[in-house]
Amino acid sequence: MKAIFKREFKAYFTSPIGYVILAVYFFFLGLLFSVSYAYGDSDITSVIGGVTLLSAFAIPILTMRLISEDKKNKTDQALITAPVKISGIVLGKFFAAFLVFAICFAPTVIFRAIIGAYVDIGITSYLYALFGMLLLGAALISIGMFISSLTESPVIAAILSIAVNMVVVYMSSFAQMAKNSFLSGLFESMAFIDRYQNFTENIFSVPDVVYFVTIAAAFIFLTVRSLEKKRWS
Amino acid sequence: MIEVNGLYKSYGTNMAVKNVSFTINKGEIVGFLGPNGAGKSTIMNILTGYISLSRGRVQIDGFDILESPENAKKRIGYLPEIPPLYVEMTVREYLIFIYDLKKVKFPKEPHIEEVMSLVGLLDVSSRLIKNLSKGYRQRVGLAAALIGNPDVIILDEPTVGLDPKQIIEIRNLISRLGENHTIILSSHILSEIQAVCDRVIIINKGEIVADDLLDNLSSNLSKNSKLSLKVKGDAEKIFQSLSDIEQAEEISVSATEQDGIFEFIIKPQENCDITEIVSKTVTENGGIILSYLTDNATLEQIFLRLTTEQIEEQFDEMEEEENETVEETETLEEAEEEKEDNNESDI
Repeated sequence: MKAIFKREFKAYFTSPIGYVILAVYFFFLGLLFSVSYAYGDSDITSVIGGVTLLSAFAIPILTMRLISEDKKNKTDQALITAPVKISGIVLGKFFAAFLVFAICFAPTVIFRAIIGAYVDIGITSYLYALFGMLLLGAALISIGMFISSLTESPVIAAILSIAVNMVVVYMSSFAQMAKNSFLSGLFESMAFIDRYQNFTENIFSVPDVVYFVTIAAAFIFLTVRSLEKKRWS
Repeated sequence: MIEVNGLYKSYGTNMAVKNVSFTINKGEIVGFLGPNGAGKSTIMNILTGYISLSRGRVQIDGFDILESPENAKKRIGYLPEIPPLYVEMTVREYLIFIYDLKKVKFPKEPHIEEVMSLVGLLDVSSRLIKNLSKGYRQRVGLAAALIGNPDVIILDEPTVGLDPKQIIEIRNLISRLGENHTIILSSHILSEIQAVCDRVIIINKGEIVADDLLDNLSSNLSKNSKLSLKVKGDAEKIFQSLSDIEQAEEISVSATEQDGIFEFIIKPQENCDITEIVSKTVTENGGIILSYLTDNATLEQIFLRLTTEQIEEQFDEMEEEENETVEETETLEEAEEEKEDNNESDI
């Protein structure tokens, strides 16, 4: 797992993808922070929450080639015939993408320090918001990785993942359309954006943590199965 | 070292591998031979755990590939048909990655250095793989298979796309590795198998059609092969007395360009050695033997005979097709002869 994690993480920065994603996040986070700073807003949870839509688009770019490219170039032969478990391969790839995603939020540490110099507010609201965003990211990364395992084309993986992300993140918008109260309730409770909302209100919401972790674990498991299935078909 | 029992692999309704069983002992160099699409790569992919089997059992050094895959895989170095290379890495980076991936216990730097010098990669160690030629990429793949010094080395068509000099180098390397490794090598190039392997397993349409030592295979078949001799003398008289030989199944005679010299072609009965009796008969009848040729079967001929026999069984009633395969046999034999000539001139 360690070798694959290292290779995948390095691969993000031997191509422009890693740099571009970091630059885009840094730019938007910086923009949101400077706007909220100009308005004298001391709450930087809104800065972190502000990039949810960006994540729905950017994470598929991070995950699109994770497995599809291995299948296309047959490099999966090197991985699968090595004495490692398939779950190790998948986890290595997952954590590499996750680490890049986490680094995207590095500037928020500086933002928090700047705010902290002026206002004495608790650190928990910032930590919860960041933690929530990382959980949301982990869930989206695992979904993107699973979709990447279904195709040999990174482009198709990216397009599909973006479509799926729009649905899972903004599912609550469908809730208003659904006439059935059960369905609208279901959509609302499943939407990532609503689940994430709780973290921005300085609440450590255990059900939401469980929800995101379950989704991430489920799609990591499905990715492992998808690779296993290829061997058995 | 490698034990395969009743191996089947199906892709949907298509049976790619049917009832394949063999055992390979430590230190053997075994060649998998078969036409394209015969199932060689499928069997190799199953042995290395890349794809799973539908039925049967595969054991590497006593470890079942399904039950304890990690232990089995640890003992194998595999070079697939297309080397699985991360082209955006340098040669050294890639080999370090493979080293880490295989969790090798040897000291890192010296081991990688040793493998690179073994396959001749030291000059290009810091170049990106994507900038390397096909031959060098093949060597990087081979180096990756050798990392960790595994007991079993499985090479799927290792010399495809290499120039003649590289082919000879790789063959020499394989022969050297064979001194203390078990090697399986697949190829559809027969001279390659002949050059490096002790034993050959011929596969056709997913089944083993022959599994024997190379020497046995060719001597078995040469027992049944025809004798061709040029004789100076009374053709009719010699023909008559040759016809009396019981073991001779078929005799034909034809005049050559030179006056008074005839060519006899004699087909013996199965498993009969008639060389002695033929030469005795000819000399007794006043003939002088000018040349004496035994059609010593080359691997090419064995291969074609075995694979076409199967086809003939399947299409017994389709005589036209048989004729085609015979024609093919001839043209291929000619091609092989030419190739051998070229090889000789190379050397």
